Amino acid sequence: MTIAQKLSRRGFLAGAAVATGGLSIGFHIPTAEAAVGDTPEINAWVVVKPDDTVVIRVARVEMGQGTLTGLAQLVAEELDADWSKVTTEYPTPGQNVARKRIWGDFQTAGSRGIRGSEDYVRKGGAAARLMLMQAAANQWKVPVGEVTTSKGVITHKASGRSLRYGKVALAAGKLEAPKDVKIKDPKDWTIAGKPLPRLDTKMKLDGSQIYSIDFKMPGMLNAAIKETPVPGGKVKSFDAAKAEKMRGVKKVLVIDGNAVVVVADTWYRAKTALDAVNIVWDEGANASVSTASIKAMLTEGLDAKQAFVGNKKGDVETAIAGATKKVEAVYRYPYQHHMTMEPMNATAQWTPEKCLVWTSTQNAEAALATAVPASGLPIEKCDVIRMNLGGGFGRRSSSHDYVRQTVLVAKEMPGTPVKLIWSREQDVTHGTYHPTTMCKLTGALDDKGNVVGLHMRISGQSILAGLRPEALVEGRDPGTFQGLNAQGPEGQFGYEIPNLLVDHAMRNPPFRPGFWRGVNNNQNSIYLECFIDEMAHAAGQDPLEFRRKMMKNYPKHLAVLNTVAEKSGWGKPTAPGVFRGISQHMGYGSYVAAVAEVSVSDKGALKIHRIVAATDCGHVVNPQQVAAQIEGSFAYGLSALLYGEMTVKNGRMEQENFDTYEVMKMADMPPVESYPVPSGGFWGGVGEPTIFVAAPAVLNAIFAATGKRLRDVPLKNFDLRKA
Amino acid sequence: MARLNINGKIHNIDVEPDTPLLWAIREQIGLTGTKYGCGVAACGACTVHVDGVPTRSCSLPVSSFTEKQKIVTIEGLSKTVTHPIQKAWLELDVPQCGYCQSGQIMAAAALLVKHPEPTDAQINEEMTNICRCGTYNRIRAGVKLAAKNAKGAKSNNKAQRA
Ligand code: FES
Ligand code: FES
Repeated sequence: MTIAQKLSRRGFLAGAAVATGGLSIGFHIPTAEAAVGDTPEINAWVVVKPDDTVVIRVARVEMGQGTLTGLAQLVAEELDADWSKVTTEYPTPGQNVARKRIWGDFQTAGSRGIRGSEDYVRKGGAAARLMLMQAAANQWKVPVGEVTTSKGVITHKASGRSLRYGKVALAAGKLEAPKDVKIKDPKDWTIAGKPLPRLDTKMKLDGSQIYSIDFKMPGMLNAAIKETPVPGGKVKSFDAAKAEKMRGVKKVLVIDGNAVVVVADTWYRAKTALDAVNIVWDEGANASVSTASIKAMLTEGLDAKQAFVGNKKGDVETAIAGATKKVEAVYRYPYQHHMTMEPMNATAQWTPEKCLVWTSTQNAEAALATAVPASGLPIEKCDVIRMNLGGGFGRRSSSHDYVRQTVLVAKEMPGTPVKLIWSREQDVTHGTYHPTTMCKLTGALDDKGNVVGLHMRISGQSILAGLRPEALVEGRDPGTFQGLNAQGPEGQFGYEIPNLLVDHAMRNPPFRPGFWRGVNNNQNSIYLECFIDEMAHAAGQDPLEFRRKMMKNYPKHLAVLNTVAEKSGWGKPTAPGVFRGISQHMGYGSYVAAVAEVSVSDKGALKIHRIVAATDCGHVVNPQQVAAQIEGSFAYGLSALLYGEMTVKNGRMEQENFDTYEVMKMADMPPVESYPVPSGGFWGGVGEPTIFVAAPAVLNAIFAATGKRLRDVPLKNFDLRKA
Repeated sequence: MARLNINGKIHNIDVEPDTPLLWAIREQIGLTGTKYGCGVAACGACTVHVDGVPTRSCSLPVSSFTEKQKIVTIEGLSKTVTHPIQKAWLELDVPQCGYCQSGQIMAAAALLVKHPEPTDAQINEEMTNICRCGTYNRIRAGVKLAAKNAKGAKSNNKAQRA
């Protein structure tokens, strides 16, 4: 029995893994051992090589958000490693299956990279350190209590002896894992909590980092694909006579009945030949869907009788009926595309004995679960090797359609590795889109301008209904209410309102939804935070003070709000023509707030002068990476606010590429002052949360500047000149 | 057939004349640092230098190049990751996923030649590559840091020569 298995029996590692839940694979789980590298490990998380290199295994994936470095910092901290010797590697999902999910969940989504695994990875690092100490103590024949560690060196002070980790790693790996593992108090951290440089920057500066799209194998062929433009459509017929004669073309085939694939020696030849294939589509039932028909479907839901309840308190109907002042508004949020810079792609090699996939994925276990049925082989004959991601943002966790397709193609060419790359056009028209919803808000104010009632009726698409209907709870999608729930560690409604109803009329258009950085918090925060602003103005009160009155019982929400108010100089004069807007929200376990300063020219041109943002994520593992995530969140969120919308005509997405789906560029990017204000005692996410407050802060500032209340995005569709 | 001068080496490439330079670089030459993002000159991921001018390689066929034109890719920008832009990027940890960064670095390196001390307006005008991770503010800071360092190095050189 290996140490890893002992550790897993001991329970804390495996226990943590089980607790995180996730993918369940209903297959026979082989017990055969499969080590990741060649050097024996100390435990599942740590390998120390004879030259003292420390290899830290990372189960979550790096997609730009800095998780690789952050998790390595946490393990290295507990290990007392020499940070200059630290490298990382990814175990495969096949190895995780073989070792009873010793590495826990691979899913890298929901801003969970750090917070979802900090406990067991730190224990893994601490356990490895104790084993290294024990091995040295055994060698010196001294009690383990007399040895200490620092920066990869074990010291026995009394005898003046010391050993580097690499010298005892082999012996340590043979020891029984310790029973009691204590982890450090974050206040004692010297590696974690520090703004260390990322481990993976240098290879991103000279083109040497290999992304999935760059992967090469001897004899590899390349494939291009065109899938039905209308969801639910099929290939009716196709004429490949011309394409088959083109240079380099090896095969033209249909997969899943809904896509034509050309395989050629190079991808550009495959794509060129695919463009020469004449395809006739059977468009199916959705060919008449349009943005207008979707909007009509959602509008109907705003007043529908039946709705799923997300948050309910008191009697909202009576409160509204008895209001001194009633405020009402309807908001909308359109489809968005992820637009990862690297289009979807994968490489697969299939033989009757083995199916291997190389791809960029946010969840290699889900990629494996997709590859297995496509391959027709049992799970122990399949595996997924993780490649670097050119962006994820939820697209590479929502669906592994590209993995399925690649395996299906590779299966048609046994033994030959095939790389399937989606053209940008295929990518944009076959996304897992940020769902579209609308929201009708009705607020009741009393004679003092206090909010005595609020009804939020959301109407629109459920992500779970589209991607994982089995996860719906009696038809209800709990995720729809992100940030609006009464309580919970993930996200909590931050205002005291005596009569409250948040409900959802589920209306599902045929376009596949997905998890899109920030997910349902994105539109929920616009709905709530802009409407709070509307009510403040209706009550004739300052939007900050109006919020504060309702936040006494939500000290953490209030603290970040106060931070941005103070840092932005809320209430103090701005430069001429510059106006402020404020918002706060809680999601993925973190509290966030922002103030935006904007001006709108006479011609209606918007300029965002400054963003002041605060985040309380409990603990900060790498402050400079938290700052990078806050900036990145604003770029992503403001891009959606300014430009983002996928429109539908004749059952098809109209935008196909970056020339028609515009995104934010350098000139639009405002300076972002970020204030991480970790209050300790909990672990919140960082990759997404600040995105929630980007759009509402700017929209509220636009109202302050122009008197125009914009209840729809993107702003490019609207005239921003003064009302 | 095309004859291309890439990173100081002449390559004979057996490829259809309408093949975009990007795909010849990636698939025939085998240099994958230059990225595909859109194929329609809209994102800048494929930026290379052609005689020092930042050029979106996805949208120009190999037939439009002669071997006299010096094409430089990210792999050829410096031998040991020591171009002032690369050094500044390392110092500020600019990349997130990194996929756009080859193009960003090539665009930024060309910008510094054109405007050795770029203003914010010049940075906005020249740096039009897309980054979906949102590294724009660090890119801006990186360009300024590189400009500052390059200026320092120049005045040092002058001082030494004097
Ligand atoms: S790939 Fe050339 S500009 Fe986008
Ligand atoms: S760093 Fe990821 S797209 Fe720019």
